[in-house]
Amino acid sequence: MSLGNKIDHKLYEKEGLEVRFSDETLARVKAIKARYPKEREKSALLPVLHIAQEELGGHLSIEAMDYVAGLLNVQPIEVYEVATFYTQYYLEKVGKYVIEVCQTGPCAMCGGEDIADYLERKLNIKTGGTTNDGLFTLRKVECLGACGYAPVMQINTEFYEFLTKEKIDKTISDLTAKANEEKSKDSKWVEKFF
Amino acid sequence: MGRKILLDKVHIPGIETFKVYRDNGGYASVEKALKKMTPAEVTDEVKKSGLRGRGGAGFPTGMKWSFLDTKSNNPRYLVCNADESEPGTFKDRYLIDKVPHILIEGLILSSYALGANTTFIYVRGEFKTQIGILNKAIREARDNGFLGKNILGTSFSLDIYVHSGAGAYICGEETALLESLEGKRGNPRLKPPFPAVKGLYDCPTVVNNVETLAAVVPIINMGGEEYAKIGVGRSTGTKLISACGHINRPGVYEIEMGLSVEEFLYSQEYCGGIANDKKLKALVPGGSSVPILPSHLITMTANKTPRFMSYESLSEGGFESGSMLGSGGFIVFDEDACIVRNTWNFERFYHHESCGQCSPCREGTGWLEKVLHRIETGAGRAKDIDLIDSVAKKIEGNTICPLGDAAAWPVNSAVRHFRHEFEFHIEHPEIVKNIKHGSLEKYKQAFADAR
Repeated sequence: MSLGNKIDHKLYEKEGLEVRFSDETLARVKAIKARYPKEREKSALLPVLHIAQEELGGHLSIEAMDYVAGLLNVQPIEVYEVATFYTQYYLEKVGKYVIEVCQTGPCAMCGGEDIADYLERKLNIKTGGTTNDGLFTLRKVECLGACGYAPVMQINTEFYEFLTKEKIDKTISDLTAKANEEKSKDSKWVEKFF
Repeated sequence: MGRKILLDKVHIPGIETFKVYRDNGGYASVEKALKKMTPAEVTDEVKKSGLRGRGGAGFPTGMKWSFLDTKSNNPRYLVCNADESEPGTFKDRYLIDKVPHILIEGLILSSYALGANTTFIYVRGEFKTQIGILNKAIREARDNGFLGKNILGTSFSLDIYVHSGAGAYICGEETALLESLEGKRGNPRLKPPFPAVKGLYDCPTVVNNVETLAAVVPIINMGGEEYAKIGVGRSTGTKLISACGHINRPGVYEIEMGLSVEEFLYSQEYCGGIANDKKLKALVPGGSSVPILPSHLITMTANKTPRFMSYESLSEGGFESGSMLGSGGFIVFDEDACIVRNTWNFERFYHHESCGQCSPCREGTGWLEKVLHRIETGAGRAKDIDLIDSVAKKIEGNTICPLGDAAAWPVNSAVRHFRHEFEFHIEHPEIVKNIKHGSLEKYKQAFADAR
């Protein structure tokens, strides 16, 4: 809360979505479940929530979480309590690009706070908000584990290091251009790496 | 003092691939261990090496392994802690980026020693690229017969899986990590029982840091006794130090334990001195949790002897005048850094990352954050300094896991060594409220100018 990210858990408001993984994704979920002992399938919860977030609209809707609960044979509440604990699960709609700016000590002493202020002004949104075009969500986060390259931000899978205003300007305009060019989905890291 | 045994091959192009790594002597230790040594002999070498946990606690690794409940009929697990999230620490990420196979190699050796046939690498969720790198390395190792069933024709079988976290500092604590691996919130467990007896799925489990497990490779290659000759005293071997803050050359350096802090800080081979020709003000030598040291206690101890990069030397003087090697997150502050602001920042971090299980930590970190913010923004009261010191002391030692201690120490040490800065903030609210970072001199100058 203290970082100014909007945390408004609307856990009881369903969005009226029909959610279902593709057969391909279901096969991936099955493979992930197989890593853990039988009866311990709940272990797959964190990885499967990452997949659900990526495949089912960029955030975890109630429907998506209930669906995951069914896949792993756990109670929905077990999914909710995990989804609300970890900062990387988004419970509300986010933009195509989620910009997460590190605010912790080593980044802050090298200008991380000014970087976040600059992005608020540049994108004309408050921390936690999303631009009107749905492209960018701005979040302040704690240590990203890249302190030697401060100030640092992460946009989806990518780290951006030694940030300056000029670098940010370029990054934002590059990403905007890229989004305009390909209206297709963002590169799927789950598919690539899992 | 420049010997490298973990990062000795980082300059070789393509070393992140199996082929190049293997061509340069990689996986030789696995052949040696699996074909010529018993699991107990591997553990013995690790004991002889004096290797200590590189994640921060510095607990002897061989001893930790020997606690594993071998009488249990349950499967045993090795879990690699790659949830690197201690502010100031980014060494494991670097190691995985550059030489992922040394970790896989170390995991095979350690799993063999412990009798584990399934091993998990728990990687923090932000490190998506590193998850990809590790999965690729695992596939390569499997394709080349170093993972899977009957490795190198022996009876030993091993599978390694990468498990992704999702953003929670607390999951670096070993029992919180196990909870998270079981698909739950990262709430640390009460100990005992320790993971060695009841860990993952209530089975005997060892949790070790990335760097610790990678260090098993040179230990087996050269033998524990040879490894123990590197370093100084009970700080054997090399250590990866991730240096950041106001220095000329931030980055990850492998040092032999016993290197002087002065050389590490000022030599062009390492940090290269303070950036922008400024003066050194303070140092947090082992990640945000360890006590901060003022400039006169960094290169010299209180007894006026040189300070070295080792577990013992960095903690010499106790918390009165020393600190800790911790995870090797070396954060350097120049003369313009504001210690009050930084302490507030760290407490905000701990408040954010507290799992909320224990009241002293859940409530205490929140109060520390609030009161420190009040001081930093010019609304502090004279009694606030003693207040934060006392709140911190009431958290320390009163929580299930060490996050409480980690939150307390930065406050106690900042008040101990930089009380004058807190006092100045409280006495001159009109000056400090508009300045985020600045030395006392800078503040005083602003004060004089305003008059």
